[in-house]
Amino acid sequence: MAGKMSTSMLYLDGVSVSFDGFKALNSLSFVVEPGELRAIIGPNGAGKTTMMDIITGKTRPDSGQVFFNGEVDLTKKDEADIAQLGIGRKFQKPTVFESHTVWDNIELALNRKRGVFSTLFYRMTPGDKARIEEILETVRMTARKDDLAANLSHGQKQWLEIGMLLAQEPKLLLVDEPVAGMTDAETSETAVLLKEIAKTRSVVVVEHDMGFIRDLGVKVTCLAEGSVLAEGSIDFVSSDPKVIENYLGR
Amino acid sequence: MISQMLLRTHEKKTLIVAFLILLAAAFVPLSNLLLAESNPLHIPGYLVPLLGKYLCYALLALALDLVWGYCGILSLGHGAFFALGGYAMGMYLMRQIGNRGVYANPDLPDFMVFLNWPELPWYWYGFSHFGFAALMVIVVTGLLAFVFGWLAFRSRVTGVYLSIITQAMTYALLLAFFRNEMGFGGNNGLTDFKDILGQNIQAAGTRASLFAATAIALALALLLSSAIVRSKYGKVLVGVRDAESRTRFLGYRVENMKLFIFTISAMMAGVAGALYVPQVGIINPGEFAPANSIEVVIWTAVGGRGTLIGPIIGAILVNFGKSIFTAAFPEFWLFALGALFVATTLFLPKGIVGTVEQYFARRREYKAAGETEKTYQEDKAAALTATTASPQAAE
Repeated sequence: MAGKMSTSMLYLDGVSVSFDGFKALNSLSFVVEPGELRAIIGPNGAGKTTMMDIITGKTRPDSGQVFFNGEVDLTKKDEADIAQLGIGRKFQKPTVFESHTVWDNIELALNRKRGVFSTLFYRMTPGDKARIEEILETVRMTARKDDLAANLSHGQKQWLEIGMLLAQEPKLLLVDEPVAGMTDAETSETAVLLKEIAKTRSVVVVEHDMGFIRDLGVKVTCLAEGSVLAEGSIDFVSSDPKVIENYLGR
Repeated sequence: MISQMLLRTHEKKTLIVAFLILLAAAFVPLSNLLLAESNPLHIPGYLVPLLGKYLCYALLALALDLVWGYCGILSLGHGAFFALGGYAMGMYLMRQIGNRGVYANPDLPDFMVFLNWPELPWYWYGFSHFGFAALMVIVVTGLLAFVFGWLAFRSRVTGVYLSIITQAMTYALLLAFFRNEMGFGGNNGLTDFKDILGQNIQAAGTRASLFAATAIALALALLLSSAIVRSKYGKVLVGVRDAESRTRFLGYRVENMKLFIFTISAMMAGVAGALYVPQVGIINPGEFAPANSIEVVIWTAVGGRGTLIGPIIGAILVNFGKSIFTAAFPEFWLFALGALFVATTLFLPKGIVGTVEQYFARRREYKAAGETEKTYQEDKAAALTATTASPQAAE
């Protein structure tokens, strides 16, 4: 396992956490390789969001190891550190800066120095400008760059948030239910976008939408009651009797 | 060139308001000192410190707006920083009395002689120098804000909990300053000032200069605030206000962002207090009263939080109203203030300036929409002419 740890992008081993006696994660272990796109499924309360909270430093595990890029112990860092290391997180509910324009949202997400004084005296360089334009193009928001994020539709907010995560240039992207509330067309476009993004980085997607996961066509991890129930291709996982009983059958 | 630089870092309306304030800085003193009393433009002597007081309140409201309007930190204790700045200035003014006090003691302020204090406490050292006192105005307020903010923001105390502990902070200071043992004059505070920078504090010229100094300080604070909120840092602040966790997960240290603006804001409030004390002639623990800090919140809300001009207008309007109202129906003022706050929350949630800005933004949008409609109609007309014209062209 030690060898596995040093080459992996994300490595969780025996991670447990409980809230007021409720075991949200129960000795959870899994590994994400560099450049891998991984889907995570599981019934409500399986610990998917808690797992993301632990990886991004919002919650500290009671026990277990979490390593990023084979060497960085994430349990010792806070959210800002972890974000600066290169882990991006997309929330279940689209979370963008509503009273900023689309452009400013991307500008704020741009992977630049984030201290008080570096932001206070920040001047936009031509390079930064080009980068923002490029990201706007990728998430198809160029035409709306001057609009307030508050005026975007639900799906557009999801895309803007993905754009912000791209601007952050993460090595690992955690995406929580990206297609919840999207139309079918938007859902399949999002699958294409995520596959595109995963070419240059690792992506972990938590999703309920089985059709979407089939579209992605990647390795699936099914969680239940805080630990891994099954792992493999979508067909393998969805034919597993334990998965059917715990998740699909319900 | 300078004007170009100003336009790049500030919005036009901010510059206009800053200019108007500077205009007042020149006009009010000149009119008071030079114009004859019969002149309709003459500003009577009693009005100069009153207007100066309004501007101090405006500066205090602007300071509060930086943290509340732009960063979402509802401080219900900004009066504490105002009062501390005031006390620092008051201590300097006390030391200027020298042996002209009731007890004619050249070394000790009257209240210390009265309490039989043998010597000046160490924390009064240096306050006989204006420069030191002025430095303390920003050092003491900044330090308190820094320590308080460091503890509160690092522990992620937010929302109503933070408001309550800021309120507790100002209340604790109120109780502390009431104690004679603290060495700040207890219940009576500091008063009977004589001179400031060698000038008689009651003289018309001094009062006019104090007004000008206040107006200039307000204009500079407005420009500084505008530079801050229009920088990328300012955008991050608004991000913290709107979606704190998003800001955190983008890699910003939210606690540092909050701490910086909270400290700057406290220093500005301190400067406001320091300018206030020589104009009203007294500082006592009553300035720490929690109700004072809440009033500042009302001024800011009425004017429009999250706009820089709003709190200035709000503070001046509400206090002007207060001056008139308390003269006519003194016992009803608090009811009027409460009603004003309820009415603002219900009917003008964005405050006066926010509502006006929204109206203009809507009208611009409407106009822009009208224009695209017009060009569309023109295009259609042009296309029609083209199609009707083309067969002839073909012939």
